[in-house]
Amino acid sequence: MDRSLLRVRAVVAGYAAPVVGPFSLEVSCGDVIGLAGPNGTGKSTLLKAIASGARIFSGEVEKKPGLTIGWQQQQPVFPLGMPFTGRDYLRCAQANFDAIPSRLARWLDKRVDALSGGQFQLLSVWAVLGGFCDLVLLDEPTNNLDPEGAAILTDALQQDLGHRAVLLVSHERDFLEGACSRVLEVGQ
Amino acid sequence: MNLDLLFDPLFRIPFLVGLLLAATLPPLGVVLRLRNEWLAALGLAHLAGASGLLGLAVGMPAVLGAPLGAVAGALVKSLGHFSGNTVYAVMILVGWATTLLIASNTSLGSVMGHALVEGQLYFAGGIHLAVAVVVAVLMAVALPWLMPRLVRAQLFPGYEVSNRLPAWQWHVSFDVLAALAMAAGAGSLGLMGAFALVFVPPWVSFRLASNWRAGLWISLGIGLVAYLGAFVCALILDQPFGPVLVAFLVVVAAVAQLFRRR
Repeated sequence: MDRSLLRVRAVVAGYAAPVVGPFSLEVSCGDVIGLAGPNGTGKSTLLKAIASGARIFSGEVEKKPGLTIGWQQQQPVFPLGMPFTGRDYLRCAQANFDAIPSRLARWLDKRVDALSGGQFQLLSVWAVLGGFCDLVLLDEPTNNLDPEGAAILTDALQQDLGHRAVLLVSHERDFLEGACSRVLEVGQ
Repeated sequence: MNLDLLFDPLFRIPFLVGLLLAATLPPLGVVLRLRNEWLAALGLAHLAGASGLLGLAVGMPAVLGAPLGAVAGALVKSLGHFSGNTVYAVMILVGWATTLLIASNTSLGSVMGHALVEGQLYFAGGIHLAVAVVVAVLMAVALPWLMPRLVRAQLFPGYEVSNRLPAWQWHVSFDVLAALAMAAGAGSLGLMGAFALVFVPPWVSFRLASNWRAGLWISLGIGLVAYLGAFVCALILDQPFGPVLVAFLVVVAAVAQLFRRR
């Protein structure tokens, strides 16, 4: 597959019944691909199918051998009442501290359960983006983010692209156009 | 009040047994609380008590019979893919009913039933020490390896799914470890004593700690301080150990709460 990390061929995916597809795409190193579409068209389900979290009814998901996947789910687990600092949280995800955005660095020694929803969202996105995975899947990464947070996310998406690719789902058309090298419509 | 008892060689083994368990159970409780499975301690302890009594009925020492029931419960929970506290509530009910029925219908069971409720640490012998050492060594070896994986599985459940990691092995290993530790704890400290050591220190430390590592150390510290206080008090005041340990842990929790508010 050389620089190709993932090939999705005519995949129909869902849970008890099909939700999305048939859908095809190819993801290579350096890609930042956005999946757009109205609610209920199966964008998140497609991401889950690629991450082995949803049922594939037909078609094929071919992954590069040894491919590592980082998957930020639509509602990341919020460690309420747990004594995790931002640093603990990122360390647990084996995320890179060197290239961490300065805004995030200010929260490293705060307990995660004391962060606001937007702060936690940015931290949880960085936990996946700052990790070592070859393919990063982000499900609605701009949830709760203010414009500054969205700008930080856009910058972060462009880092380390020589080594990895990003596939993300978002409703925000402006963000997709600004952050992604390609935007694909789901459900059309 | 007899202070000489504290230095009586008769109580050295019980002291060591309790010390090992007081150092082992709070860190275990930290992981159980992280997984929102703190009721596991009570469920596994009840099963351990019931199987300990069943073991006695067929001539097996309670300290060996108890882990069998607890491990069986842990395996049912793991392999049946149960999560959360519901399955542990069922274990409590099954264990409680079995324990009381055996205790009511056999003379030996009656004695053991009281021991499980009250916590007869001062009667712990060589076999209890051996079990406590095995559990402590297993915890010391396995927990540092398991902990990062279990924390990641809790905070980033998508990682193990998307990379098809053999996560079930870690979860089953931890469940079995928890079962062994709770069986050892219930057999020596009593049901509620062991449960309190698993439940109270992490409950307090998670509220106080500024980070994960501090949470672990605070849990361990609370467990050890409460144990030492309870050991001395129960011995010199001639009180059952289990309730005194629980009382100490509750007092520590209350003091910690005051400290937090300031």
